[in-house]
Amino acid sequence: MANILFYTAVSIALLAVVISFFRLLIGPSAADRTVALDGMTIISISVITAMAYFLGRVIYIDVALVYALISFLGVIAIARFIERGL
Amino acid sequence: MGPEAVLELFGGLLSLIGAVFLLLAAIGIIRMPDVYNRMQTGTKATTLGSILFLLGIGLAEPAWLGKILLLIVFIVFTNPISSHVLARAAHYRGIPLADGTVRDCLADDEAGQQGVCE
Repeated sequence: MANILFYTAVSIALLAVVISFFRLLIGPSAADRTVALDGMTIISISVITAMAYFLGRVIYIDVALVYALISFLGVIAIARFIERGL
Repeated sequence: MGPEAVLELFGGLLSLIGAVFLLLAAIGIIRMPDVYNRMQTGTKATTLGSILFLLGIGLAEPAWLGKILLLIVFIVFTNPISSHVLARAAHYRGIPLADGTVRDCLADDEAGQQGVCE
């Protein structure tokens, strides 16, 4: 019963990633694409944690943590690039 | 049903609610009219959805709750910062606001006007 709920939740989250990907494709400016990418990575963190739960390995939560860190630094770098160039 | 099964069920429900918020955030990212509105939905709704989703998994597997709380704290701290920096960069770059926008307080502030925003 609980597994069905988790599988449904992961399916909905993956659908959200796919929907955000369209904004990454069509977004008119670089800031739009970065917003879509930021949303996709934040959703992916939840999906990675759910994978850790399904596979029963706690080490994948560390993967999610490092992924969140890299995503944050990447967004900061892109925003700085949009603002005044590298 | 023992207490573990109840916790798993509760965690699954919490994760489902969080996933619905994540889906709403994605719909907002694709439907909102300009970059600032997209940023608002894409940050607030994903923050709330991630918190609920991760808490649900933490309830289902209570031994991991420490690391999951660390992840939640990290997301809560970094997500507003990245969206703020991105919005500031977009405004500095002059990306236009949506047609229905009533007031642009940051532009007023940069022009040195004292207006309703104070």
